[in-house]
Amino acid sequence: MSHPAPPDAPVPDMPVLSIRLADGVLAFDGRLTIARVSETERQLEDMLARSPGPLLIDLSGLTRIDTVGAWIVHRLLRDRPGSGITGASADAERLLAEVSAADRPCEVRPVTEPFILRELRRLGEYVYAFRDSAVSALDFIGLTIISAWRAIAAGRGVRWNAVWVQMEQVGVNALGIIGLMSFLIGIVLAQQGAVQLRQFGAEVFVINLVGRATFRELGILLTAIMVAGRSASAFAAQIGSMKLAEEVDAMRTIGLDPIEVLVLPRTIALILMMPLLAFYASVLGVVGGGLFSWAELGIPPATFAQRLREVVPMSDFWIGLSKAPVFGAIIAIIGCHQGFQVTGNAESVGQRTTQAVVEAIFIVIVLDAFFAVFYTALGLS
Amino acid sequence: MATHADEPPVIRVRGLVNRFGDQTVHEGLDLDVRPGEILGVVGGSGTGKSVLMRSIIGLQTPAEGDITVLGQPVTGGETTQNQELTRQWGVLFQGGALFSGLTVAENIEVPLREYFRLTGQLMDEIAAYKVAMVGLPPEAGPKYPSELSGGMKKRAALARALALDPKLLFLDEPTAGLDPIAADGFDTLIRTLAETMGLTVFLITHDLDTLHAICDRVAVIAEKRIIASGTVAELSRFDHPWVQEYFSGPRGRAAAIAQHHAPLEVG
Repeated sequence: MSHPAPPDAPVPDMPVLSIRLADGVLAFDGRLTIARVSETERQLEDMLARSPGPLLIDLSGLTRIDTVGAWIVHRLLRDRPGSGITGASADAERLLAEVSAADRPCEVRPVTEPFILRELRRLGEYVYAFRDSAVSALDFIGLTIISAWRAIAAGRGVRWNAVWVQMEQVGVNALGIIGLMSFLIGIVLAQQGAVQLRQFGAEVFVINLVGRATFRELGILLTAIMVAGRSASAFAAQIGSMKLAEEVDAMRTIGLDPIEVLVLPRTIALILMMPLLAFYASVLGVVGGGLFSWAELGIPPATFAQRLREVVPMSDFWIGLSKAPVFGAIIAIIGCHQGFQVTGNAESVGQRTTQAVVEAIFIVIVLDAFFAVFYTALGLS
Repeated sequence: MATHADEPPVIRVRGLVNRFGDQTVHEGLDLDVRPGEILGVVGGSGTGKSVLMRSIIGLQTPAEGDITVLGQPVTGGETTQNQELTRQWGVLFQGGALFSGLTVAENIEVPLREYFRLTGQLMDEIAAYKVAMVGLPPEAGPKYPSELSGGMKKRAALARALALDPKLLFLDEPTAGLDPIAADGFDTLIRTLAETMGLTVFLITHDLDTLHAICDRVAVIAEKRIIASGTVAELSRFDHPWVQEYFSGPRGRAAAIAQHHAPLEVG
């Protein structure tokens, strides 16, 4: 890029800048513009380092100058008292006046603190943020319940139109991906189980493994994780963008309760759809396992179904399904809650969306562990 | 700044046709923007002012027509890859379009970093004087766009548009959403910067005061093309219902009177 012309041969009309410094006279020839300055900045600095003290700056050879060029000249005049200019055109004079009027120090980025302090501060902030987030999430759950109660008590009821729309988006539109995932997981489960059980000649127990694991745990847990990734993020982003566009504030001023309008339909939709999705996922998981057993272990579908009825107690089915509405509610509320936390800019929407997914998946897994302990304590193993 | 009518136009649009689906926005639109002039483009809502600007800067590929900017042909999407061209223009979008993850000063440095290898110190200095030039206080430099008011965002976005000392400046409704005092200040600023930096300005506006205050020429879009262009005085005599309504309606007259009695001390 950098190929300055030889100092002794200035060619005025060529798009180049040549710089000469001799006997305290600094002469620019050609174009003193941002493009030429960027090519010759270091060369100029080297020259100037060799010649301290006041300079006479000769601008008579300039064919063009812009504000960056004027800034270079202005900076020299400012930093070297006693310097002067000669041969400046009217354009150059005007730009020089303009940039010197605009010469005010200005920070480029916010002041940063030392690394250790910053990291310590961030750790502290993180702990506080965790506490605040937990408190405000609880707060939000309470608000949602109160809103639901108010809507029903005031006879407004639930906005079923919005619920239908959300049910389609969170449920029907998710059928493809959740079905595919469950089907493949069923196959993997049967295949891995078969490999291990074959060592004992007990391949037939693959049916127990697939049936019980799918209905009781995997069907609902994997569905919840998939829905958390799909819908908690969507809720956070939708509500977050609405908050940025002041739509949420507009609702409040019209007298609509944003929680009733935005959160309730989403929560109800997920509470209704999660059990259905979980059941659907479990069935497809079993179908995947059954097909694998048929193809690889030679267990015909009729036998598989017969055996499934013997080994999978109904309690497994009900336990799995009982968790679904709870997961649905928590995923919806966390997603919406994060959406309402959006402030300021588009970046915040991204952060909150990520946060919603991470939080929702985390809480779903924690809750699932609680359910496992709870049902075991009840003797339902 | 005197305009140079004899020199080739900076922007030359011939036979521009833009369609969205079966809706035609422009049909054989011709436009010249002369070197050194501030051209105001006016027209009713939905007449395709922004689409015209987007066609000229290559964000919108027209169905038909030739567009030349600074002597180079503009051909839709590939234009934004033409760095020789893009670095000679600055664009101020209606909402400012500042990068929200960067501070004001860092926003100004983005084009500098993209095109040139300057030292960090010089870049910071350039950002600082650009901040001051557009009339922002020094405290605005390290602030993020979300911390600025609407008027300050516009100024910051103008500073970014001017970062590379462009020859050509595109402004999409620069005074929309500003209070009248801020809008006057912004008009003055554009006029001053255009004069000191020798800019050619393509300005979309609804603001009659802006037209009177700073535009050398005004082009009117109606009926899918430029139906008239000329000085404000010429256009107010132009016989077309929309043009008459626009310049001789209550607001048009008020702006003309304000301009007549209290000319801005610019130009």
